[in-house]
Amino acid sequence: MPVNTFKDDEDLKESLNISIIKRLVVYLKPHKKAVGVTLFLMSCTILVELLNPYFLKTGIDKFIRAGDSKNLLILGGVMIILNAVSMVCSRSRIITMGKVTNKILLTIRQQLYTHIQKLSFAFFDNRPIGKILARIIGDVNSLNDLFTNGVTSLIPELAKISAVVVIMMLMNFRLALVALITVPLMIAAFFLVMSAARKRWQVFRKKTSNLNAFTHEDFSGIRVVQSFGAECNTSKTFLDLLTGQRKSFTSACRMGDMFWPIVEMSWGVGTILVFWAGSSLVSTAAITPGVLIAFTSYVSMFWQPIMNISNFYNQLVTNMSGAERIFEILDIEPDIKNRIDARPIPSIKGDVSFNAVTFSYDEKVNVLNNVSFDVKEGTTVALVGSTGAGKTTIVNLISRFYEVTKGEVLIDGYNLNDVTLESLRGQIGLMPQDTFLFSTTIKENIRYGKLDATDEEVKIAAKAVSAHEFIMKFEKGYDTEVTERGMRLSAGQRQLIAFARTMLSDPRILILDEATASIDTHTEKLVQEGIAKLLKGRTSFVIAHRLSTIRNADIIMVVEDGGILESGSHEELIQKRGQYYNLYTSQFRFLNDEEEEAV
Amino acid sequence: MNTLLKLMKKRAWGYVLATAAMIAAITLDMFNPYLVGNIVDKVILDGDFSYLKGALLCLGGITIGRAILGYLKEYGFDLTSSKIIVDLRKDLFDHIQKLSFSFFDKNNTGELMSRIKDDTDNIMHALCFGIMLLLEQSIYFIIASVILFTLNWKLALISLVTMPVIEFVVFRLEKKIGSTYEKISDQRAVLNTTAQQNLTGVRLVKAFGREKYEIQKFLEQNQENYRINVDQVKIMANHNPVIEFLSNVVLVLVISFGGYFVIGGELSLGELVAFSNYIFMLIWPMRMMGWLTNVLAQCLASVKKIDKIFTEESEITNPSNPVKPEVLSGHVEFRNVDFKIGDACILKDVSINAQKGSTIAVMGITGAGKSSLINLIGRYYDCTSGEVCIDGVNVKNMRLDVLRKNVAVVMQDVFLFSDTIEENIKFGLDMKSTDPAFICAAKDSMVDEFVCQMKDGYNTVIGERGIGLSGGQKQRISIARALVRDAKVLILDDSTSALDMETEYHIQKALNKRRDITRFIIAHRISAVKNADEIVYFDNGSIAERGTHEELLALGGKYYKTYCAQYSGYDHEFDKEVSNAC
Repeated sequence: MPVNTFKDDEDLKESLNISIIKRLVVYLKPHKKAVGVTLFLMSCTILVELLNPYFLKTGIDKFIRAGDSKNLLILGGVMIILNAVSMVCSRSRIITMGKVTNKILLTIRQQLYTHIQKLSFAFFDNRPIGKILARIIGDVNSLNDLFTNGVTSLIPELAKISAVVVIMMLMNFRLALVALITVPLMIAAFFLVMSAARKRWQVFRKKTSNLNAFTHEDFSGIRVVQSFGAECNTSKTFLDLLTGQRKSFTSACRMGDMFWPIVEMSWGVGTILVFWAGSSLVSTAAITPGVLIAFTSYVSMFWQPIMNISNFYNQLVTNMSGAERIFEILDIEPDIKNRIDARPIPSIKGDVSFNAVTFSYDEKVNVLNNVSFDVKEGTTVALVGSTGAGKTTIVNLISRFYEVTKGEVLIDGYNLNDVTLESLRGQIGLMPQDTFLFSTTIKENIRYGKLDATDEEVKIAAKAVSAHEFIMKFEKGYDTEVTERGMRLSAGQRQLIAFARTMLSDPRILILDEATASIDTHTEKLVQEGIAKLLKGRTSFVIAHRLSTIRNADIIMVVEDGGILESGSHEELIQKRGQYYNLYTSQFRFLNDEEEEAV
Repeated sequence: MNTLLKLMKKRAWGYVLATAAMIAAITLDMFNPYLVGNIVDKVILDGDFSYLKGALLCLGGITIGRAILGYLKEYGFDLTSSKIIVDLRKDLFDHIQKLSFSFFDKNNTGELMSRIKDDTDNIMHALCFGIMLLLEQSIYFIIASVILFTLNWKLALISLVTMPVIEFVVFRLEKKIGSTYEKISDQRAVLNTTAQQNLTGVRLVKAFGREKYEIQKFLEQNQENYRINVDQVKIMANHNPVIEFLSNVVLVLVISFGGYFVIGGELSLGELVAFSNYIFMLIWPMRMMGWLTNVLAQCLASVKKIDKIFTEESEITNPSNPVKPEVLSGHVEFRNVDFKIGDACILKDVSINAQKGSTIAVMGITGAGKSSLINLIGRYYDCTSGEVCIDGVNVKNMRLDVLRKNVAVVMQDVFLFSDTIEENIKFGLDMKSTDPAFICAAKDSMVDEFVCQMKDGYNTVIGERGIGLSGGQKQRISIARALVRDAKVLILDDSTSALDMETEYHIQKALNKRRDITRFIIAHRISAVKNADEIVYFDNGSIAERGTHEELLALGGKYYKTYCAQYSGYDHEFDKEVSNAC
């Protein structure tokens, strides 16, 4: 899948409406009882609503005309009681259905979120965060009205229509046909317009998603934007995206808004036809004037629910693309998951082997080519090499963040594909290149490494990596709130907190991916001593550029062009006078660049 | 609120036209019952068929007219309100962008996104459907009242007797639901933030295998969201049916009092029938009030949230009388600078004089105040006392855009957009990847070296935050982005840390060639700072050691210790060997 940027529209499968509706209906199933209650309560309210005009008519025609004030009072009393009952019904209906709808949204959102957690890096690599967010929040919310109205308007209105049609048919078959003649026309026009509208609403959702992605990126990178004085530019991009989104909205509206006129026209024409045909029937005395008058009132009773159903359909079309986007994610199979027969890996000793591992992100260019090595338990391995050579890829495969294309990765002789992900990753401590802290207290951030750690354990971990000292300088110490952008913390301090977090998780294998890059040499030394003490005898992989960091490793592997060029201890490699020797000596060469210039 | 009203005023014509279409449609609507009544009376009951054709044609005309006008009305409201929202979002976005770093230190991206997306969506809903419905129902209500009062003012007055009660209920509803909507809006921001952080930190989550914990965390927020939304439903359920009931009571009032009047001879039966035909036109607007209040309350809650952001003012503002120079030469001076955040003293009495074209290297332990120092040059923060000057002018007296155009920073956290490499380097500049300045910057930052191996070259699309590139490649692009700007002051904030030694060396050499640029370099590696004109070693917010590489080595202090730590094992024999080998 190509990388998706904030500018690009996402691909969406053209899927059949029906299958999506079916999937939506499934969510109603666990709430059958509540839906039943809602329908019952709904019919009570509708009944009272239908009775009100009838009462009004009877009151005037029968009692008032006859001057029967006693019965009139009784009628008024009955009306008040019925309406009060309807009020109570209406209240519990709103609550029942409101709960059902919100519960369904909760379920869908949670399901979506849970599913996203299972997806592998490849999924996240290809989409801006803002776009994923748009689905979890916005698209799920767009389903709200769909469920409420699906139950409270669609079903009762369908019942009303059927009743009216039966009555009309019974009254006069021919006239009924005339009255309904515009219905198929309306449906045809409707579907034509709405299928066009549906595509436009899809575009609108995509554009909204793009806008979301850009907003997210812009606010995340606001420092860069401001420091380059690029506000005008980003503002322009924002306006372009915004205008694009608005245009897609109005273009969808141009179609969608036709919906009322179509229904009204059909209604109007239907009524005119009934009068026209009815009058000729009356003139030939085929029906009585009374029947015709009654019939016309039924015609409007027929169109009212049609109007409501069409309105619901309009909503369905408007929000269907939200559902499509949700299901599209739910349908993505996680490509890294536990095998059915996967077992938890027992406590890791720390032997790591790569057997002829080939890896490619896109199945075109190989990032790793036939890489093999064996690392014994307790070894510290340093990976060196130019940027983009494949160092990070190697350590990512140890945690099984990606699936190897060919070959196998073994830990203690277990093929990683045969063990459960949780048991594997739970024992590997990874410090990634980008330090990420949650916006919560320092304490909670460290505790993320071991969720049930006591405050004391947190402190010990922080002390081990020399973070304790600066943390205590804050007024609130470990309870200092860290914001997303790490307010008041320097990059080095954030790395130290992340370090404490990793320490606390007590990993059997430690992976440091340029984890000390932002830490000064003095602190780094302290950190290394802390690690050595805490993780004595554990296997560790270190990616670093500072040779002072690398030199002490047991094995140094030089990674170039997706392969391991040479490996061995510092002394061995220096003697070998190969690539590492060049790297190492260049450090001094660059230090004395007068000499370099002379050469 | 004022901002919104101003924006609405700008688009007032759109509303006027849409409302005109609405009034025309309603007027046409009024003829409908009249025509139908005539057809029933004259044609069906009296058998006067000559009237039929004309009446049906009229009816057809009305239907078509109504359809067209109805379409114009809907589309007009959609178009107008969507334009207003574009303006509002744009203003909000621009305003947020102008706020200073300290604002972003305190506010999470997820929350800001929620304001700019969800809250404006709520307002849009009110501007479109809310206003349309309000106008429509008001017009119907007024027309119905006029007709009813002409028919019989006493009965009309009695019909309106429940109105104050309804208003009272609506008032209560508005009060209760308003605060609930504010909670919903806040909770949505929380939900957004939780999800956004999870997605941003997905690598961490997976590395620790904390998916279950994250799911649980989200579930709690999600359930809270459910609870507040159910609260909103309950408030609606407690008020809306009451309003409906009260509006239906009007019917009872009409037949009981109407009946009383008819029996008492004050009103004819025909008049009462006519009255009852129009009463529903009065009841519908009443019933809609609950729904309308709901939409408007939601809108107001969102307006409040947005207003709060609009009232935030940037701590860093343009001076009222900026000093003119457009082009700076790049002489940077810190004069007795203090910098505090809250009570914490970050920098104490710092003075540095960086001549045009010189290189100042900044070292020091983690958290010593190095980044804070260089953040003061481009005025990302303002110093508490003392002054930072460029070419002798206090940066606070310069126009912000001029200042920042002349100061290029490569930040510690590399941030790249999900766009092509070319766009990321240009970042707003109007140039092509074939321009000499672009090529020069790309070569000097060693970007060209790896980009030319890519199939799509500079058109290669990278993921958000530069996903798909290695740490070093990202740093190189961010260096290129700063170099291409041709600024007089260049700041590298620990921005070569992920580069291998050789790449770093080449970049440094290229930078040294740009002699007219003043450089500030924060680094931890001796190799990166060694050639600076002055190395400043920070400790705890003040300068502990300063001088050239040689001077500091001779001093035998902290810098010397760092040097030893990085180059220990570099004994003299080996030194010779290496020197010879070179």
